Amino acid sequence: MKGSSTPGEGRSGSLPAAYLRPGSASFTEFVASVAPELLPGRRPLPAGAVLEAPHGTTIVAAEFTGGVVVAGDRRATMGNLIANRDMEKVFAADEYSVVGIAGTAGIAVELVKLYQVELEHYEKIEGTIMSLEGKANRLASMIRANLGLAMQGLTVVPMFAGFDLDEDRGRIYSYDVTGGCYSERDHHSIGSGSLFARGSLKKLWRPGLAEVDTIRACLEALYDAADDDSATGGPDVGRRIWPTLAVLDRSGVRFLTADELAERVEAIVADRRGNPGGAR
Amino acid sequence: MSMPFYVSPEQLMKDKADYARKGIARGRSVIVLQYDRGIAFVAENPQSLRKISEIYDRIAFAAVGMYYEFENLRVAGIRYADLRGYSYDRSDVSARGLANAYAQTLGTVFTQEPKPYEIELCVAEVGHTADRDQIYRLTYDGSVADQHGFVVMGGASGAAEERLKAGWRDGMPLGDALVLAVTALAADPAGGEARALSPEQLEVAVLDRHRPRRTFRRIVGPLLADLLNTDSPIAHAPETDEGVPGHHDTLSGEPST
Repeated sequence: MKGSSTPGEGRSGSLPAAYLRPGSASFTEFVASVAPELLPGRRPLPAGAVLEAPHGTTIVAAEFTGGVVVAGDRRATMGNLIANRDMEKVFAADEYSVVGIAGTAGIAVELVKLYQVELEHYEKIEGTIMSLEGKANRLASMIRANLGLAMQGLTVVPMFAGFDLDEDRGRIYSYDVTGGCYSERDHHSIGSGSLFARGSLKKLWRPGLAEVDTIRACLEALYDAADDDSATGGPDVGRRIWPTLAVLDRSGVRFLTADELAERVEAIVADRRGNPGGAR
Repeated sequence: MSMPFYVSPEQLMKDKADYARKGIARGRSVIVLQYDRGIAFVAENPQSLRKISEIYDRIAFAAVGMYYEFENLRVAGIRYADLRGYSYDRSDVSARGLANAYAQTLGTVFTQEPKPYEIELCVAEVGHTADRDQIYRLTYDGSVADQHGFVVMGGASGAAEERLKAGWRDGMPLGDALVLAVTALAADPAGGEARALSPEQLEVAVLDRHRPRRTFRRIVGPLLADLLNTDSPIAHAPETDEGVPGHHDTLSGEPST
């Protein structure tokens, strides 16, 4: 940063030419031109060694009539150890979308932070919200820029869900490490416990499910994932750590409070007493 | 080889300043004023090319003069604030830093470019209490003034400023503050009859100090009409956002659908 207070700032303290250049409403493109070292995918990497870093795990999402629910467990693991018990992995990207992250936690959190600024930056410069498809594509291009890191084992695979104001419905998008962006129908899950969560959602989710039942289905899917995947954290009744759960509908993003979650999760735990698989 | 005529530096600067001032006076005024819950921005601007804009969580921007010149600075300000907030923390973005960067930029353009910017800017930051509000007024030559209470820029600002000086007091409710600003904008500087300004001709926004995170809200539609109507009981903007689908930065007072 050459001793100046803001990256890319001129010596005289006036705004450098790059700031005044007309054009892009993208924050990432702007950062790439003035301070590329701030972008996760633009840092030089030492060759060879594969790092061991904390990993985030399971995220589930399911649509309901009028919106979509996204939930994530709270555990981050490093090898066979629990790195963090109460990590947040579901973030509001803006008022009408959320990102859930799986993969290398540090880079994923940095990517989400960058993505949040990207959307807000566009909103302020253009004076309007980006279309949902546009938001999904912006996230894809950010993951694509991260391919170099992914090839060194520092993979980030998010799941994106948003409320489409034009079509008046919720939508779910999944990604692969190369930045491929896929629109998912009905429900989806990513992360180490996704295999079990998907199986669970297949049995619990039905078209036309109400919001409360969709929330319950998502929480149960996380419960099932934690049951069989050691990297997914189950409900921690002792420490009162509950999954993160966001509901998206036409009024925007709403995160359930700890009290709301406690009630719902404790109901599931009670129902599963003596019936651990939740057979019905 | 032709020799340029000698022009004294004093004359050169004076000519540039006169040129910029004339350009700024041609447009309509913008008023920025404090009210009990924050800072309000009022412009007579019926078109969609905005004069008032959000910069960051607690910072907003208002400008008069050449649109493309201040639009360029507005975008630069958003870039400055977002980059600073991203590489440090959201609480590290201040109006003072931005005002300094703008002042340097305006000053450099004024002294080094053949044509000065024909703009005047206001950068305002809403504090957690009224005495920590900051309002900076920046002129075409890069001079900065830290203002208390209110700022009038552009157009026939002298007459409007007199009206605000007479009418503004600390802790005005939003309704009263907007009525005062609109009266000042509508007054005829020549002393004739005041024009009637309808809500559709106005661009109004606030920085509401009691909101979490992004405090900038535009006020439009029935809510603006109610606030400007002295007979209406509504004197404050709602404290919560509306549930209507769309951009949450707008308060219209319309029932949600």
